[in-house]
Amino acid sequence: MPLHLKLHTQPEVPLEADCICPDKIQSLKGSEISSMIVFHGNRQVKLGEFFDCKGEFDGEIIIDGDLNNVKHVGASMTFGKIIIEGNIGLHTGAAMQGGEIIIEGNAADWLAAEMQGGKITVKGNAGHMTGSGYRGSTVGMQGGEIFIHGNVKNETGHVMRRGLIVVGGDSGDFTGVNMIAGTIIVLGNMGIRTGAGMRRGSIICFNEAEILPTFTRNCVYKPSFIKFYINYLEKNGFSIDSSYTNGTFERWSGDSIELNRGEVLLSQYKNK
Amino acid sequence: MSATMRIVNGQVYDPKNNINGEIKEICIQDGKIVDAVDDDATIIDAKGMVIMPGGVDIHCHIAGPKVNLARKLTPEARRHDVHPSTPFTRSGSGGTTPSTFAAGYRYATLGYTTAMEAAVSPIGARHVLEEFEDTPIIDKGFYVLLGNNIFLHNLIREKRFEEFEQAVAWWVNATKAYTVKLVNPGGDEAWKGKKNSNVTDIDEKTGPSSDISPRQIIEAFVKTVNKQGYPHPPHIHCNNLGHSGNYITTLETMKTAGDLRAHIAHIQFHSYGGVVGKNPISKAAEIADYVNKHPNITCDVGQVMFGESTIMTADAPLAYVLKGHTKGKWVNADTECESGCGILPFVYQEHLYMHTLQWAIGLELFLLSEDPWRIILSTDHPNGGSFMAYPKLIKLLMDEKFRHEEMKRVNQKALLKCSLPELKREYTLYEIAIITRAGPAKALGLETKGHLGVGADADITIYDLMDDKEMMFSTARYVFKSGEPMIANHEFTTDSKGKVYHIAPTYDNKIEEVLKPFFEDFYSIEFSNYPVDDHYLHQHEIIKTR
Repeated sequence: MPLHLKLHTQPEVPLEADCICPDKIQSLKGSEISSMIVFHGNRQVKLGEFFDCKGEFDGEIIIDGDLNNVKHVGASMTFGKIIIEGNIGLHTGAAMQGGEIIIEGNAADWLAAEMQGGKITVKGNAGHMTGSGYRGSTVGMQGGEIFIHGNVKNETGHVMRRGLIVVGGDSGDFTGVNMIAGTIIVLGNMGIRTGAGMRRGSIICFNEAEILPTFTRNCVYKPSFIKFYINYLEKNGFSIDSSYTNGTFERWSGDSIELNRGEVLLSQYKNK
Repeated sequence: MSATMRIVNGQVYDPKNNINGEIKEICIQDGKIVDAVDDDATIIDAKGMVIMPGGVDIHCHIAGPKVNLARKLTPEARRHDVHPSTPFTRSGSGGTTPSTFAAGYRYATLGYTTAMEAAVSPIGARHVLEEFEDTPIIDKGFYVLLGNNIFLHNLIREKRFEEFEQAVAWWVNATKAYTVKLVNPGGDEAWKGKKNSNVTDIDEKTGPSSDISPRQIIEAFVKTVNKQGYPHPPHIHCNNLGHSGNYITTLETMKTAGDLRAHIAHIQFHSYGGVVGKNPISKAAEIADYVNKHPNITCDVGQVMFGESTIMTADAPLAYVLKGHTKGKWVNADTECESGCGILPFVYQEHLYMHTLQWAIGLELFLLSEDPWRIILSTDHPNGGSFMAYPKLIKLLMDEKFRHEEMKRVNQKALLKCSLPELKREYTLYEIAIITRAGPAKALGLETKGHLGVGADADITIYDLMDDKEMMFSTARYVFKSGEPMIANHEFTTDSKGKVYHIAPTYDNKIEEVLKPFFEDFYSIEFSNYPVDDHYLHQHEIIKTR
C-alpha cells in the first residue's frame, strides 16, 4: 500500500516540502512522517499540520489536494515514485536524480530545474523555466526525461546539457535558450527567440517557428531518427499524426554567436 | 559564564612572549589577559589541548561593494553552501564569498578573531563599515585604495609633496581606514584611458599625460606613511601581478621602499620568472632572499589552493585579462577618479602548469622564509582560495609527507621549475602561531593582539591536539573574544559584533580648500557628503599613529 498524503489545511504562504521525497521517507513510520519538518514561510512546522498521512511507504507516494502553494516536492529524489493528483507548486523534482514523478494537473515554474535523472510526466501545463538551470548556474538539466502533455511557458531547457524534454502543446519564448546539448521536442508552436545562444543540442518542432537571424538554413531532409522518437513518444501517451513519421524537416544550425553546432528542426508537413 | 576565567593544563603557544608549548595557566578578567584571578573564577580544563592567541588575518576581502558584487555574481554558490542558524547565531550563505554573518562565524570556527579587509575604494568605505557591523565576532579594519587616485597623482606630478601628505591623511581620516593600499599603482589609469592597456614596468610613465611612474607613486606613499607613523605600512599590491618575469618588478618595488617599512601583499603572485607570454618559472628563492635580508619588509603569501576561488581585485586590467581565459561571467568597474575593480569566479586546477606553479611558489616562500614573523599566512581570500582552506595550508606546511602526497596529484612539469620537491622543512606549532597570529599582529601594529601576555585582549583559541593538523585547525574547541566564550565544545554559545580598528592621522584643514574644487569638478558626490560620518562606526578603536 503506498503512502497517501492528503492536504487538509491550505498553507497561507508557500510551504517548502522537500521532505516529501522517497529518500527521506523510506525509513520512517507513520507518526515520524507526520513529524517531518517543513518551512511554512519562515517558520518550521510539522508536515502533519498540513497533511494527513496514511499508509506506509512501499516505494510510492500519492499526494492529494490543491498543492499550488507546496514547493520542492520530490527535490533531489533518487528512486521511487510520486503521484500528484492535482496541481503542484514551484521547484517540483528540482535536482532530481532518479525515480518518477507523475503530475495529473499543472506544474508551476522551475519544474525539474537542474534535473540529473529520472522521469517526470505532467498531464497538464508547466510553468516557466522547466528543466532549466537556476540563475548563476552554467549548467541546467543534465539528464532524465520530462514529458508535458500541455503547454509550457518561457525558457524551457535553459542551459540544459543532456536529457529529453517533450512538450505536447505550445512552448513560450526562448525555448532552449543557451542550451548546451540535449533534445527538446515541441509538438505545438514555439514562441520567439528559440535556441538563442545555443551551443549544441536539438530543438525539434512539429510546426513553423520564427528563427533568429543568427541561425543558418542548411537543408530540408528526412531525419531517420524522428520515427524512433515518435514511437517512443506514443508509448509515453502522446498522440502524433502518423504523417510526421517519414515527414521532411527544415534544418537550421546555430546559434552563430556561439559555436553554431546546435540545430533547430522544423516540420514541413503542415506546409504541404 | 563569568568574564573571569582561568584556563588550565593547556599547551600554550605564545611566540611574542617566547612561550613554546609550555603548560601554563591563562587568566582572563574584563576582556583582558591578567596575571591572576580570584579562586572563584570559572576554570576551563584544556588538558590535551593547544592554546593560542586568536588568529589574525592580515589580508582578505570580506566586505564592501566588490564583495557584494561577487556574491551577486555567484548565486549558485549561495544555494549550494547554506550556513544554518543556531540558537545564538544567524544564518548566512557560503561559497568563496560568504555573506557577512557566515564570514564572521566561519572565521571564528577556525579560531580567527581579527581580519583586515584589504582593498576598499574610498567611495565604498561607508558600505564596508555597514557590512562590518553585520560581520559578527571578529575585529576588523580596512585598507583604503589610494594608489590610482587621480588627485593624488596630480600632486605627485606637480611635486606638491607637502599637500600630498596632508591629502593622504585627510583621505584616511575621511574613510576611517587602517592604512593605505596601493594596487597596481598607476595601472588602472592606463586601463581606463588607453583601451585596456596596463603598465608593464615600475618605471613606465602612466597617467593622462604619461608623466608619472609607479615608482614615483610608491615612493611618495612609502615616505608619507612612514613619516606619519601609521601602525601598518603601505600595503602594496605590486604592478604586473600574475605575469611571467614580474619578480623583477617586485624586487624593484621593495628596493623603492629603501629601509622604510613596506608590506608586500600576496607576494606569491609576484614571484614569477620567465618571459611575458610564456609559462613562468619560480623565482621564490630570489624573493624570499630579499625579504629575509630586509627587516623593513613584511609580506603575506597569497597561497593558491586548488579548487574554487573568486578573483576580486582593484587591479582592473588583470581581471580583464583573466576573463579572456575563463570566458565566463565577469565584472569590471571604473570607480570614479580613485580606483578600478574586476571580479570573476575562478577554479585553480591541479593538472594545469600555471596553477600548480602558483601553488608550489607559495609553499616555497613559506619554506624558504628565515623569519616567519615577516612572511604571513594568507590566501588573499578569496583570490587564491577561501580562508576556509587555511587548515589544509597549515597541514601542507607542517607535514612533509602530506606535501609529497599532494605533489603526486599536480602538474609534474611545473614541479620541475621550482624547488618545492627538495624542501624538507616542516613548520612547528610555534611557527604556525607566528605566521597566523603573532606575526600579522606585529605587522599591523596591534599591540594587544596576537599574544597572551598580561594586558593583551583575551582573544584566545583552544584546539584539540591532533596528529592531523588540517582537522585540528578546522574547528576550534573554544574561542574567546574579548574574554567572552564565543565557542565552547565546538558550539557557538553567544554572538557579538566585534570592533572596528582605524587610525586618525593629523592633517591641516587647509587641504580641504585644495580638494573641494576637484570634487566639484569630477566627483558624482558632494565634497561635504564624501567623508564617512562617525555614526557608521559601531564599536571602534583608534590606533595611534606614531
